[in-house]
Amino acid sequence: MANKIPRVPVREQDPKVRATNFEEVCYGYNVDEARLEASRCLNCKKPRCVESCPVSIQIPQFIARVAEGDFESAARIIAEDSSLPSVCGRVCPQETQCEGSCILGIKGEAVAIGKLERFVGDWSIEHGKTFATVAPTNGYKVAVVGSGPSGLACAADLAKLGYEVTIFEALHKVGGVLEYGIPEFRLPKQKVVAKEVENVKRLGVKIETDTIVGRTATVDQLMDEEGFSAVFIGSGAGLPRFMGIPGENLNGVVSANEFLTRTNLMKAYDDQYDTPIYVGQRVVVVGGGNVAMDAVRTAKRLGAEAFIVYRRSEAELPARVEEVHHAKEEGIDFRMLTNPVEVLGDDKGWVRGIRCIRMELGEPDESGRRSPVEIPGSEFEIECDVVIMALGTSPNPLIASTTAGLETNRRGCIVADENGQTSREGIFAGGDTVTGAATVILAMGAGRKAAKAIDNYIRNKKQ
Amino acid sequence: MFKILEKTELANNIWQMRIEAPRVAHSAQPGQFVIVRVDEQGERVPLTISDYDSQAGWVSIVIQTIGVSTKKLCALNAGDSIADFAGPLGRPSEFVSEAPESLRTKKILFVAGGVGTAPVYPQVKWLHEHGIQADVIIGAKTKEMLIMIDQMRALAGNLYIATDDGSEGFKGMVTGMIEELVEKQGKKYDLVIAIGPMIMMKFVAATTKKYGIKTIVSLNTLMVDGTGMCGACRVSVGGRTVFTCVDGPEFDGHQVDFDEAMRRQGMYRTLEQRAAKIAQERAEGHVCKIGLDK
Ligand SMILES: Cc1cc2nc3c(=O)[nH]c(=O)nc-3n(C[C@H](O)[C@H](O)[C@H](O)COP(=O)(O)OP(=O)(O)OC[C@H]3O[C@@H](n4cnc5c(N)ncnc54)[C@H](O)[C@@H]3O)c2cc1C
Ligand code: SF4
Ligand code: FES
Repeated sequence: MANKIPRVPVREQDPKVRATNFEEVCYGYNVDEARLEASRCLNCKKPRCVESCPVSIQIPQFIARVAEGDFESAARIIAEDSSLPSVCGRVCPQETQCEGSCILGIKGEAVAIGKLERFVGDWSIEHGKTFATVAPTNGYKVAVVGSGPSGLACAADLAKLGYEVTIFEALHKVGGVLEYGIPEFRLPKQKVVAKEVENVKRLGVKIETDTIVGRTATVDQLMDEEGFSAVFIGSGAGLPRFMGIPGENLNGVVSANEFLTRTNLMKAYDDQYDTPIYVGQRVVVVGGGNVAMDAVRTAKRLGAEAFIVYRRSEAELPARVEEVHHAKEEGIDFRMLTNPVEVLGDDKGWVRGIRCIRMELGEPDESGRRSPVEIPGSEFEIECDVVIMALGTSPNPLIASTTAGLETNRRGCIVADENGQTSREGIFAGGDTVTGAATVILAMGAGRKAAKAIDNYIRNKKQ
Repeated sequence: MFKILEKTELANNIWQMRIEAPRVAHSAQPGQFVIVRVDEQGERVPLTISDYDSQAGWVSIVIQTIGVSTKKLCALNAGDSIADFAGPLGRPSEFVSEAPESLRTKKILFVAGGVGTAPVYPQVKWLHEHGIQADVIIGAKTKEMLIMIDQMRALAGNLYIATDDGSEGFKGMVTGMIEELVEKQGKKYDLVIAIGPMIMMKFVAATTKKYGIKTIVSLNTLMVDGTGMCGACRVSVGGRTVFTCVDGPEFDGHQVDFDEAMRRQGMYRTLEQRAAKIAQERAEGHVCKIGLDK
C-alpha cells in the first residue's frame, strides 16, 4: 500500500519572487511531510540506493526512523557515514546517486532521499544535536590544509580520535566552495554552513584563516618546524579555466569563480560591503554544470537578463536536474548546442556580444557520449555586456610546487591512493585536489577515509 | 585580527603602516605582496610589502589613499587592528634565487615611481645585504611626493631623483633620467626593475627596449582572492594569459600587454564613473542616447 502515495512535493519560494532575492529556494519538508514521504520507502532487503550512495549511508534504516518520528535516531544513523547531511541533502546529485537507483523510481517516483536527509540534518542543527564523542587528547598534532568539505570532515574525525587538529585556510572565511562558490539561495551560509563549521570547532579543532600553505608556511615547515605528525591536503580545485578564444580579456569577461566570489564571499550585492561587481544588462554564462547554473541564477537575481550557452544538448547538462529545473522556472534563457568562438568588444574594450557557432551531436565515442560537432557556416551573435566563463577548474599548483616529492598527474591533481596516501610519507590528500572538480559528498568521504589512514599511520609510527 | 604597531605619514596622503604578522614576516621575500581586508565589510586589497623583520614579526605596507578601502585603512591608527592580512603572496623576485656570484657581476637599476618606491625598498635592501649595490631612480610629480629617500640612499649605489616639475633632482620623467644615464653618462645596466604606475612601467619598458636591457615590472592589477582562484588579475604576457597573483606579480616588461592591463585595471573605475554619469544625467532629466564611453 505504502508505495501508492505519490512523492510528497516540497514547498518552494515562488519563482517570480525568488528570482529577485537571495533567500533559499526550497523550504524543505516539515515534520508531517517528512514522515509521510518516509512512509513510502519499501525498506528493501537489498537496497539499491545504498549501493549508489558514495558513502553508503544506511538509507532504509534512517528513513524508517523518520517514518516513526524518531529523528534523533535517524540522525545518529546518518552520522555514522556522513558528517554534512544538511549540506549534502541540498547539493548532492541525488538523481544519479541514491534516488536514481531507488526501486520505486522504475515505475513511479523515487523516494525523496535527499529531502529526507536534509530534513534530518536541519532537525539536528535546530535541536543542537551533534552525537560526537571526543577521545581524550593523544598529544599528536595533525595539520589540515583547506576548510572545504574534505578538510572539515577529516579534521572532525581526527579530533574525535583525540588528535590536536589545526585547519589552515587561505581565505578569510571557512567552508571552501560551500562558502565562496555555492550561493545563499541554494545553501544558506548562517543557517547551515556556519553551523557545520561551529560543530567542527566544538570538537576542539583550531582554524587559522589567512594562511596560504606553500606561501605563508610550507607543508615541510608545518611538519619539521611546527611539529605536525601528518598533513592532510584538501585544497580543492580552485583554478578557473578559460576557453582561449579571442576577446576573453575584454572588460566584462569574468570567470564564474570571480563572479560568485564577489557575490557570495565578498557580498558585493549588498551596499554595506565595499567589493564592487559588474552585472550589466545581459549576461551570457558559458557552461552547463552546477557552477554555470549558480552563476546564471545569481546574475538574474542581480537584475540582468541571463543566458546559458552550452555546446551539448539538454540531456548532457552536468548540473543537478533540480537546478536546471529551478533555473528554467526563474526565466533563464537556455541556448543549447551552441559554442562561443569569440567575445566581441566595443572600441573601449568592453564586451558588446559573443559570437557563437551552432553544434550538432555526432556519433557516440568510446565512452558512449555523443560529442558535439560544429555546423559549418552557422555562426551568429548574441548581444550581451557580460560573459561569465564556467568551464571547470583545476587544482592550484601552489602546494605541489612547494612540496618536494609530492607527485601530481598530468591534470595537475595530487596523486593519492583510495585512503588518501600521497607519494610522500605523512602527507595525505583528498577531495577535488585529488579527483579534479567533483562533488561535496565525494570530498567529504575522501576526508573521512584519510582521517582513518592518518590515524593508522600515526599509531604504527608510535610503535 | 592583525595589530597596527606603527603608522607614519610619508607624504601627503601616503602612509606607512607596520603590522604585527609573525607568519607573514617569517616567510616574506622581496617582490611579494599581501592581501589586506580592513573589516568585515571590506574588500580584499592587494598591497606590496615595503619592509619586514622576520625576527620581530612585523611587515610594513605603504598606502596611498585613493579609494574607499585605502581611506578606510588609513583612518586607523597604531593600536587598532585590521581583520585580515594574508601573505606573503606571489613569487619572490627572480634575483632571490639567482646564484650570488653571477648576481654580483650584474649592474642593476631600479626605477621607482610614486608609491612604487615602497616595494623597491626591500629589493634594494636584500641586494645590499647580499653585497650588491644597485642604482635607484625615484620619480615623483613634485618634491613633496617623494618618499623613502633617506632609507634608500643608505642602501643604494647611486640614488637619482627625478621630479616632473624639477623641484628636486632631474627635471622630467624617469624615462628621461634613464636616457640621461645611459646615453649621456654612458652607464651600462644588465637589468632594470621598474615599479610604479602602469603607465610609467609601460614607458620604462619601451625605453629600455631601445637599449636592449632586460626589464622586470611588478603589476598592480585588480585582484579578489590573490590566491589564483578567480582570474580577475589576468594579464597577457608574451601572448599568453597569466594570473598576476600566482604567476607574478613580476613579469618581463617587454612581454607585457600594458594597454590591455591598463584597460582591465580601470574596469571598476570606469564603472563608477559610468554609474555616476548615468545618475547625474537622470537627475538632469537628460536621457543619454550615445554610448557613454564614446
Ligand atoms: C559554484 C559551485 C557549485 C557547486 N555545486 C555543487 C553541487 O551542487 N553539488 C555538489 O556535490 N558539488 C558541487 N560543487 C563542487 C563541490 O563544491 C566541490 O566538489 C567540493 O567543495 C570539494 O571540496 P574540497 O574540500 O575538495 O575543496 P574546496 O571546497 O574547494 O575547499 C578547498 C579549500 O582549500 C583552500 N585552499 C586552497 N589552497 C590552499 C592553500 N594553499 N592553503 C590553505 N588553504 C587553501 C581554499 O581556499 C578552499 O577554502 C560546486 C562547486 C562550485 C564551485
Ligand atoms: S531503493 Fe528506494 S525503496 Fe528501496 S530502500 Fe532505497 S529508498 Fe527505500
Ligand atoms: S586575484 Fe584571483 S586569481 Fe589572482
